[in-house]
Amino acid sequence: MMQRRTLLASSAALLAVPRLGHAVTVGVTATELKIGNFMPYSGPASAYGVIGRGDAAFFKMVNDQGGVGGRQINFISYDDGYSPPRAVEQTRRLVEQDHVALLFHTLGTPSNSAIVRYTNQRRVPHLFLATGADKWGNYQDTPWTIGWQPSYRTEAQIYAKYMLEQKPNAKIALLYQNDDFGKDYVTGVKDVLGSRFDGMVTTASYEVTDPTVDSQVVSLRGSGADVMVTAATPKFAAQTIRKIHDIGWHPMHFLSNVSISIAAVMRPAGPERGIGIITSAYQKDITDATWANDPGMRSWREWMRKYLPEGDITDSGYATAFNASTTMLQVLKQCEGDFSRENIMRQVANLHDLEVPLLLPGIKVNTSPTNFHPIRQMQLQKWSGEHWERFGDVIEGANV
Amino acid sequence: MQGLAHQLIAGIATGGIYASVALALVMIYQSTHHLNFAQGEMATFSTYIALTLIQAGLPYWVAFAATLVISFGIGVFTERILLRPMHNASVLANVGVFIGLLLVFRNAMGWMFEYTIKSFPSPFESDTPLLGGLVSGHELGSTAVTLVVLGLVFVFFRYTKLGLAMRAAAFNASSSKLVGIRVGWMLALGWGLAATIGAIAGMMIAPVVFLEPNMMLGILLYAFAGALLGGIDNPGGAVIGGFAVGVIENLGGAYLVGTELKLTLALVIIICVLLVKPSGLFGRVVQSRV
Amino acid sequence: MSTSQQPIGGTLGTEVVPVAPGVNLLRAAIILLAFAMAAAVPIAFASSYQLFQLTLAGTYAIAILGLNIVTGFNGQISLGHGAFYAVGAYTTAILMTHFDMPYWETLPIAAVVCGVLGFGVGFPALRLGGLYLALTTFSLAVAVPQILKYRGVEDWTGGVQGTFLVKPDAPEFTGLNNDQYLYLFVLTLAALLFLMMANLLHSRIGRAMRSIRDHPTAAEAMGMDIARIKTRTFALSAGITGLAGALSAIAVEYVAPDSFNVELSINLFVGMVVGGVGSIVGPIFGGLFIVFLPNVAESVSRAAPGVIYGVILIFFLYLLPQGFAGFPRRIAALFRKRRQD
Repeated sequence: MMQRRTLLASSAALLAVPRLGHAVTVGVTATELKIGNFMPYSGPASAYGVIGRGDAAFFKMVNDQGGVGGRQINFISYDDGYSPPRAVEQTRRLVEQDHVALLFHTLGTPSNSAIVRYTNQRRVPHLFLATGADKWGNYQDTPWTIGWQPSYRTEAQIYAKYMLEQKPNAKIALLYQNDDFGKDYVTGVKDVLGSRFDGMVTTASYEVTDPTVDSQVVSLRGSGADVMVTAATPKFAAQTIRKIHDIGWHPMHFLSNVSISIAAVMRPAGPERGIGIITSAYQKDITDATWANDPGMRSWREWMRKYLPEGDITDSGYATAFNASTTMLQVLKQCEGDFSRENIMRQVANLHDLEVPLLLPGIKVNTSPTNFHPIRQMQLQKWSGEHWERFGDVIEGANV
Repeated sequence: MQGLAHQLIAGIATGGIYASVALALVMIYQSTHHLNFAQGEMATFSTYIALTLIQAGLPYWVAFAATLVISFGIGVFTERILLRPMHNASVLANVGVFIGLLLVFRNAMGWMFEYTIKSFPSPFESDTPLLGGLVSGHELGSTAVTLVVLGLVFVFFRYTKLGLAMRAAAFNASSSKLVGIRVGWMLALGWGLAATIGAIAGMMIAPVVFLEPNMMLGILLYAFAGALLGGIDNPGGAVIGGFAVGVIENLGGAYLVGTELKLTLALVIIICVLLVKPSGLFGRVVQSRV
Repeated sequence: MSTSQQPIGGTLGTEVVPVAPGVNLLRAAIILLAFAMAAAVPIAFASSYQLFQLTLAGTYAIAILGLNIVTGFNGQISLGHGAFYAVGAYTTAILMTHFDMPYWETLPIAAVVCGVLGFGVGFPALRLGGLYLALTTFSLAVAVPQILKYRGVEDWTGGVQGTFLVKPDAPEFTGLNNDQYLYLFVLTLAALLFLMMANLLHSRIGRAMRSIRDHPTAAEAMGMDIARIKTRTFALSAGITGLAGALSAIAVEYVAPDSFNVELSINLFVGMVVGGVGSIVGPIFGGLFIVFLPNVAESVSRAAPGVIYGVILIFFLYLLPQGFAGFPRRIAALFRKRRQD
């Protein structure tokens, strides 16, 4: 059965290798360029819908400033309700009915997994996905698909390595959300610990439908662990921080960077409860006063004021949208008017030290034909009670 | 042993959450013989109203009281405007409307109040953690509130004329009409009271789980299970059922099957209990007459 | 307004009316014509994307048909048919990827697996009435994604990452593309299943099922083995829904736990109510409704499509509390009223 699977993958790859001299241009007219996207505007994950609204507002700004390559961008975004079958439906609608030039920033690991074979067989650029799964960097098997943010797995590897340096004999407690997001962290920690994983780590999972994670935290503490790794979304991260503090447990605490928003996690949890938490970041926290006078942040606030006056300025989804869209814009600029799908992919794999306004200083976007992980760098930071204080160097990948 | 005690306490604390919502479900069932699937979302909506009032500067208890009044109004309004036209429709069509209502409330909240989690104040916050941090002042306080509400519901249905009339209207509408009960208003009143109890539950739950539009997503199922486990026609039974579900779920997850299957295990246990006692642990057995 | 006093689905469209043979012939002609139209028009005019949507609607229609058997005709509320849909989909996915089985061979297996599962669930659960059964089935819908993600079965299910399968190629002699072929395949299967069910429901067993819905006590007094009929109905219903799930897996070419969350069960339920509880043709409308309405809602408001969907659903049920299938009846009632005035 393995054979069949590799066969499938390689046949997709074979189909997808760009053939020279046969450039296909779709979704581009003399005045317009169509970009397709789906987002969970309804359903259980609708909290992420702001990202799609942010992307749309960004391209509106681009259009107001004259568009790109002489074209106005027509950003078409549909609702997939975070359901893989609907993601397939919306993707086919975008590709076959609306004839978009490319797909950009489609959200969710399950939804993107459902369409990745379709986009690669049809050779539709499937760019800068809004999910942190590691597999989007697989340029060999899926050359038309590329991720954007650092992968969860790399992030977990970074924590595990740092932890081993600090506490070689740590006893680790790992709390994860029981889905692709949470399980990537388990994999990342396993990558580093190898055969020692079972002896060193106690895991507990939660479902998004659980009201609280109190029981899990109590169990993990009972295991006698002195290191805690929390791979949780904001609500559960805030609950975990609070519970750990309230039961008087003081582990060295690593927190997934999905949940480090000051407004959405640290403040609701109680800022003093989280002192000492370690995480890694690649984006500036829009609610951190440290960046009050940062030029990138100022341009972001300006944009929010003008294009999203109703938007919640504490929602980091808008920052993610701004950053990813900036990356997309750079690719379109580099295309210099040749918007064939082949050239778009060439430029996607040709980003060098791109500075994006809301990435941390020193962190840059880089791609090449053999690097489909645009952001590989992160920096560790610690919660002081008011701010995230960065420490150590910018770390590039985990090199396991 | 200490671990077991800790899990037990954590289970009771979560069970308190289920119990408070289960009470609202009993209220609506007793007065309309329907289970309102949108109950959880309506409660969350009430909690957002409370938060808005508190942020506007009202003291907690004033906002609390105002929210109860507003929620009662929303409940009555919903029944009179939205469910009145469905009175002659089948039960399933009514359930369809409940599902519609659920979608409207849930998505409207995301739209109006954003999806980022918000902390909600508790009137019982204590600075010193109790029992080594396993129980917070809020959890004790909210359990007390649940018990007070339970007492009120019990007294209301058992000893007041209005409570009796409401039960009668739900049980047999045509006979009730004959003895002069205004059945329509009884249903509306039931919705109002259920919404009020839901609002209390929401305000007691939000400080623990944080307020966001999907706050009640999982809670409603557990509360539903708790209410049926204890007996849907018995407020006291429903509360005990709610606590039991919390404890079963936590102990099962910690000691039997691991957290990955704790939800599944809890549901299996509940269903097994129901097979032995089909009307719940404390429910009345209904004999049907041919 | 109480559950105990009112039959669940009303008696819509299920009375057995004796008909003359000529009428039967006419009916057969109409059904054939409708089938030919449903096959030919989309093949001639619809784009691949639209065919895909119609294929999905077809699988949902079959799933709702399954649900309707147990809820509409037998009076047992199930909020968990998404679970059988999921098991059917996974059965096909596992058989196709791990055992290299051709897609059409997996379909009967998926149906049987779900039927057995339905029997196993229904056996104890149907001893519970009304709300208790609703809870049990709803629990099943909630638990299934969790079980699919479970570590112990990850090698088979693909865990949280899901599993890919390959859409069948159209046989060459047909000259159709894959989307057209799959649409016709699903349409034909759906037509056969709908006919089978229509026949079954007008048979002795069907009458027994309905009498249990309407008058359980009387049915029992007449010597029917209620539990046995209920359990078998449930198994049949689960099998049909499972078959629909298997077809959907082939159409979507991917299965993952997130495809089968509670919302799916709720959608199937909505589809049944909207189509018409206890109606044979209702599920067709129900399937179309749950595929196309979200897109309609979205085109009205990008900001909160869920609100629009909910509002449309509520208004729809105001206007047609008996669903689409009640529409002709509603019109007829209006005419009758006018004539009387």
